[in-house]
Amino acid sequence: MKDFMFIFRGRTDRPEMTPQEMQNNMQQWFAWIDKLKKKNIYVAGEALMQPGKVVKGEQPVITDGPFTESKEIVGGFFVVKANSFEEALELAKDCPDLPRGGTVEVREVMKF
Amino acid sequence: MSENAPYNQLVDHLFRHEAGKMIAVLTRLFGMHNLSMAEDVVQDAFVKAVQTWKFGNIPENPSAWLMQVAKNKALDILRRKTLFDNYSSEFSKYMKEVSNEYVDQVFLDTEIADSQLRLIFACCHPALKEEDQVALTLKTISGFGVTEIAKALLTQEATIQKRLYRAKQFIQKNNIQLEIPLGAELAQRLETVHTILYLIFNEGYNSAKADELIRKDLCAEAMRLCLLLCDHNATNIPASYALLSLMCFQASRFESRLDENSSIILLAQQDRSKWNHELIKRGYYYLNFSSQGDEITVYHIESAIAAEHCIAASFEETNFERLLCLYDLLFQMKPSPVVQINRAVVLSYTGRTQEAINYIFTIEDLEQLLQTQYMFNAVLGELYTKNDEPQKAKIYFEQALHLTQSEAEKKLLRDKIADIKITMLN
Repeated sequence: MKDFMFIFRGRTDRPEMTPQEMQNNMQQWFAWIDKLKKKNIYVAGEALMQPGKVVKGEQPVITDGPFTESKEIVGGFFVVKANSFEEALELAKDCPDLPRGGTVEVREVMKF
Repeated sequence: MSENAPYNQLVDHLFRHEAGKMIAVLTRLFGMHNLSMAEDVVQDAFVKAVQTWKFGNIPENPSAWLMQVAKNKALDILRRKTLFDNYSSEFSKYMKEVSNEYVDQVFLDTEIADSQLRLIFACCHPALKEEDQVALTLKTISGFGVTEIAKALLTQEATIQKRLYRAKQFIQKNNIQLEIPLGAELAQRLETVHTILYLIFNEGYNSAKADELIRKDLCAEAMRLCLLLCDHNATNIPASYALLSLMCFQASRFESRLDENSSIILLAQQDRSKWNHELIKRGYYYLNFSSQGDEITVYHIESAIAAEHCIAASFEETNFERLLCLYDLLFQMKPSPVVQINRAVVLSYTGRTQEAINYIFTIEDLEQLLQTQYMFNAVLGELYTKNDEPQKAKIYFEQALHLTQSEAEKKLLRDKIADIKITMLN
């Protein structure tokens, strides 16, 4: 089995959701994680703090960003085991935020 | 489900309940006129929670985590203004500058119940229309969204939006304060709060049209808020206990009122073993508390009526004579056609059906009630059936059928009409 990284991007602006809807959304994520864990293919997952900083240039300059106002911000990641890229893509389709405009970038972790 | 599945750590409705608490604390800092600002802070705190928790790590104490985020955001906002003047008058009286100690104090667990109570009194302000009070209470204290309120109250979202807007405008214009009323005013204001909580409970308990889940939520919410009244020294008067006990007794029958096809099961046919005995026990517990002091309210009587049903081993064994006395008492305190129609039903169960029918025809403005209210027709149909007057019964059942929107009620009435047709053939 190979390791794949799921990189989750989504919006961070204030959504028009009720407290209950937000809790439901979160619980869909927990159910998904639980499903992956039960199949023994969930390796890791973390959320990233917002906002971040960017270091750039030969004479390094530190700038703010990516800004939380931007539409596409990386919110967190999973590392998941799968036999093939196709299988990993299938797993990523279960991401509960897809109907809300979220995206999952699927990348295979390189092993030597 | 594995034992430590993360979603097991989250209490049902955690967000919704926390929303009410956070709003209560924040409005106390910002002032009730800044309610929308408090709502934004709460929403941002939830967004932050969802964004970080959803990847699988929940803080050990989710409530405390949310409160802390709300507190930090509140401090940010207050520091930007540095003066309380634009915010809560409660605090601007004492101080010119934002102090962490003050904010810390308001966020203390012991203060939260107090803040919630103040918010309840503000939302159930007697100068607001009842329907606006209901909407505002559900939105602000119970953390319901507009969609959920509309669904629960069977109205359009736009209508709820309008009610909330109207209520908020009123609060701003009239500078409604967050306070626990004192002395004689307390009793009056508390009466309004009781009315609103009972309204919310009944919306959940009676309307067979909305879906079952949201109706249960409404009942649970009304009970949660009523418990809050009973747990606080300023508001734990006998009437609060009586109302809570009434809700417990009623709620104990929640599961047995509908069958698997969502048809209504009448009290007489309900499987009493399905009644929630834990809730009945609680009902008695609170009813006991409500008898301290010499005040008797309609909630006392209604609770005693509900208790009478709960105590009977079967419908036939119900003490209808005693129920009749209770209804007489209730009618003295709350003379209303609804009380009268219920009294008539009880009267017929004591074997005096003809007397019960005659009694119904003494109800003031009965003609108009029969033209608009399904229940009066249904009861008359029922009593005429009992009195072996199927033709008359049929007329009233048909009129009732015409007046109700509820599918469950329609089904019940159609069955009754069908039964009558069979009797008339024989």
